Amino acid sequence: MSHTFLEQLWIARYVILNGVGVTVSISLLAILVGSVLGVFVGLALVYGGAILRLVIRAYTDIIRGTPVLVLVLASYYVSSAVGLDLRPFSAGVLALAIFCSSHVGEIVRGALQAIPKGQTEAAKAIGLTFTQTFTSVLWPQAMRQCLPAWVNTAAEMVKASTLLSVIGVAELLLRTQEIISRNFMSLQFYFLAGGLYFIVNFGIERFGKYVERKTALPS
Amino acid sequence: MGYTLNFAVVWRNFDFLLSGLALSLGLAIISILIGALIGLVLAFALTSKSRIAVVPAQVYVTIIRNLPILVLVLFVFFALPQLGFRLDKVKSFVLVLSVYSGAYLAEVFRAGLLSIPKGLTEAGLSIGLTSMQIRGSIIAPLMLRNVLPSLSSTIISLFKDTSLAAAIAVPELTFAARKINVESFRVIETWLVTSALYVATCFLIAALMRFVERRLALPR
Repeated sequence: MSHTFLEQLWIARYVILNGVGVTVSISLLAILVGSVLGVFVGLALVYGGAILRLVIRAYTDIIRGTPVLVLVLASYYVSSAVGLDLRPFSAGVLALAIFCSSHVGEIVRGALQAIPKGQTEAAKAIGLTFTQTFTSVLWPQAMRQCLPAWVNTAAEMVKASTLLSVIGVAELLLRTQEIISRNFMSLQFYFLAGGLYFIVNFGIERFGKYVERKTALPS
Repeated sequence: MGYTLNFAVVWRNFDFLLSGLALSLGLAIISILIGALIGLVLAFALTSKSRIAVVPAQVYVTIIRNLPILVLVLFVFFALPQLGFRLDKVKSFVLVLSVYSGAYLAEVFRAGLLSIPKGLTEAGLSIGLTSMQIRGSIIAPLMLRNVLPSLSSTIISLFKDTSLAAAIAVPELTFAARKINVESFRVIETWLVTSALYVATCFLIAALMRFVERRLALPR
């Protein structure tokens, strides 16, 4: 125990890097799967028939009303109870992706509904089919609208990935806890973990601002 | 599979879940009230003209909003005692959630403050109010009314964050559910009922906020 913090950090360097790697892959997977699902959720909420809309509305409201930690725990325990033996990693990513899909769904719905009706009518007037209207008129505008909120959600997912430590996924936070249980330097290593999360999220935020500026319409 | 749902164990422990829910609500109410005070001060700082006020407030909001709340929870409960600052688990969670909600509510209130027309401050000045009086009796009440919709979604998400208190063994709803789950193996039933309790509470909060919004709406 005579080691200093820097020596302990050097000993733990691979463990920490590994944790960062797992955190990044969890977040990327959850954002990717969640966003694809979320686009469908959003489309269903706007263009779906009455029954589909009702079902999807119930889905998003239930997911958005449940804490992510409960989703993670439920996904882990329930998947094994129904004989679907998911590893903690897959169960956790599944929970985060479902959580992400409900948020992205609402973002997409909001963006699509914010486009003035005249746009669709104009597209109809020049003889575009619905698919054409959607892909070349509505979607590009909706994408631009979605961007800031979507970036927020991405940063939210990185933060939510810490919850997977509760079901034993060896991401950055669980790795940090392991290191602390060996050297008792809780102050230093929690600080380090906090710093790393901050850097990742702050980076995402800055990148989002940059893309937003790049894709903004000239005014 | 042949899994038959059996809620008996969950119903037998239902008052345990309910007392967990009560603790969750208590944690949320106290923390959000403290957080609202922090947020209000920060929001006035963020929108002020002096850099001495803006910069520290910005640093606070940026740092807290970019940290996972679970890291904050563990940090306050496990690391702060090393600095001689020891709190029990309920108090340390309230501290974390207050600090955390302060940063989120600051952003909500800031947006509200920016939507208040300048003329109101000028009107206040012209009838001889001090700038503190203007903030307290003209700007803050109007701003609160304007931000009610986004305040409602922030409060709901902060309420859901109380589930993280389970990580330091505060016996709130998620902790209670986990305990029943582990003791009874009635996995699906436990989580269904727990989710339903959370969803129902969130619906109630949303309905309550909509009611407040309607009551406070200005006649048009």
